[in-house]
Amino acid sequence: MDASKPVIRLEREMRPDFLEEIFEIPGGEHIKACIQCGTCSGSCPASPQMEYTPRQIIAMIRAGMRDDVLSSNTIWMCASCYLCQERCPAQIKITDVMYALKRLSVKEGKAPPKAALMAELFVDNINTYGRNSEGLLIMKYYLGKSWGKALSNAGLGMALWKAGRLSAGEVFSPHRIKGIDQLRKIIAKVVEEGVV
Amino acid sequence: MNTYTYYPGCSMSATGKAYAESLETVAKVLDIRLAELDDWNCCGATAYFSVRETLSHAISARNLALAEAQGPGRDVVAACSACYLGLNKTNKYLKEFPELRKRVDSALDAGGLKYDGSLEVRHILEVVVKDVGLEKVAALTTRKLEGLKVASYAGCQMVRPYGFDDSECPVLLDNLVRAVGATPVPFAMAARCCGGSQMMTNEDAALRMTKNILLCAQDAGADVIITTCPLCQMNLDAFQAKVNHAFGTSFNIPILFFTQLLGLAFQVKPLGIERGVAKPGPALARFIS
Repeated sequence: MDASKPVIRLEREMRPDFLEEIFEIPGGEHIKACIQCGTCSGSCPASPQMEYTPRQIIAMIRAGMRDDVLSSNTIWMCASCYLCQERCPAQIKITDVMYALKRLSVKEGKAPPKAALMAELFVDNINTYGRNSEGLLIMKYYLGKSWGKALSNAGLGMALWKAGRLSAGEVFSPHRIKGIDQLRKIIAKVVEEGVV
Repeated sequence: MNTYTYYPGCSMSATGKAYAESLETVAKVLDIRLAELDDWNCCGATAYFSVRETLSHAISARNLALAEAQGPGRDVVAACSACYLGLNKTNKYLKEFPELRKRVDSALDAGGLKYDGSLEVRHILEVVVKDVGLEKVAALTTRKLEGLKVASYAGCQMVRPYGFDDSECPVLLDNLVRAVGATPVPFAMAARCCGGSQMMTNEDAALRMTKNILLCAQDAGADVIITTCPLCQMNLDAFQAKVNHAFGTSFNIPILFFTQLLGLAFQVKPLGIERGVAKPGPALARFIS
């Protein structure tokens, strides 16, 4: 969808219950208080690259434009700098809203291709080792994303390796915490109870 | 001597190794004891928090539960801004949202753990500025960094949404810079985003954010930028060449951790300064010996 052109959506395509899904996150009910002032969009360092700015996303949530929101690139461009949230006069936890949208988008397979790749590899690393081996994450991510991307950052990887900031050990035998079984039990319990 | 439960986080043994080295060195001079949390796990960082909600708080709470058992009543101190935010967020949300608390408690219980919520999570900068104090830092300075122009970069997650400094115009790093005899430069980008982990997933946007910070520091005449976070340091330092390539700029600004700057003023080693990708220019090099 081209954000620069007016969009027409039929009322029957709207999902008024979308708003209620946002209410479920801690503090999520503040979204009702949005006055569309645009402070969030003006503060966001990524908004020039976003399909819809944060202000538009909030308006679209309230309008029930569920599919448009969940399949947009916007939610994957949030760098979690919290500037919008800090300045929001309605105290909307905008960063947390973006996170909720990411989760819904992944769950329903609506995320743009590979948008969630880094986050999912990160989660995998933690659930396997308890810690994040940066070297392993970087390698898996760039190889999974594209060979071109991997090659374009090879020089940088070398510079970090020379400075002792990345090591082969980190990639091939990452440290595993002693309490990994305990961590896994904690994770399993959350999964079992259903609200992950 | 004050003792803290120290949470290093994953970057400190890899890309942020120089931060760990310099912190260990200057902590001795500052007379603060950092007792590492035994068998800590990842804080969740931005990536885990963004795609799993209860789970990220549950794994973060494991660290808090371990810390409460290992050092009852001791503040938990992180040096990485993302770790500081992750642990702090969980600590606050558990108090604020009872439903979340119930789910997390039940998960901890499955792992044989319990967290009473008795701890405070703090950033190492706050400990240095508020607990140790600027007067003591000035008194411990054996070589004033006179004439060195410093851009103090606080970044995002240390000052927002919680933080202990102004979220738009932070001042604590500048105060520290003055305490060691250096000169802070006016730096409007002090609390703007470096792009964070978007440098991996959305490189074009993150390079632009990093460029704006470097440009602001260069325009202000800074000899060095100091940071409080391994990821900020990594983006500003290691990606500087890529920024130059993308925008036709010619930045060559060394990016130090604030602990490295303190170490230079205290004349102690090791500080890991050689691990920086952007090499020190003459203004900074005269203090490195």
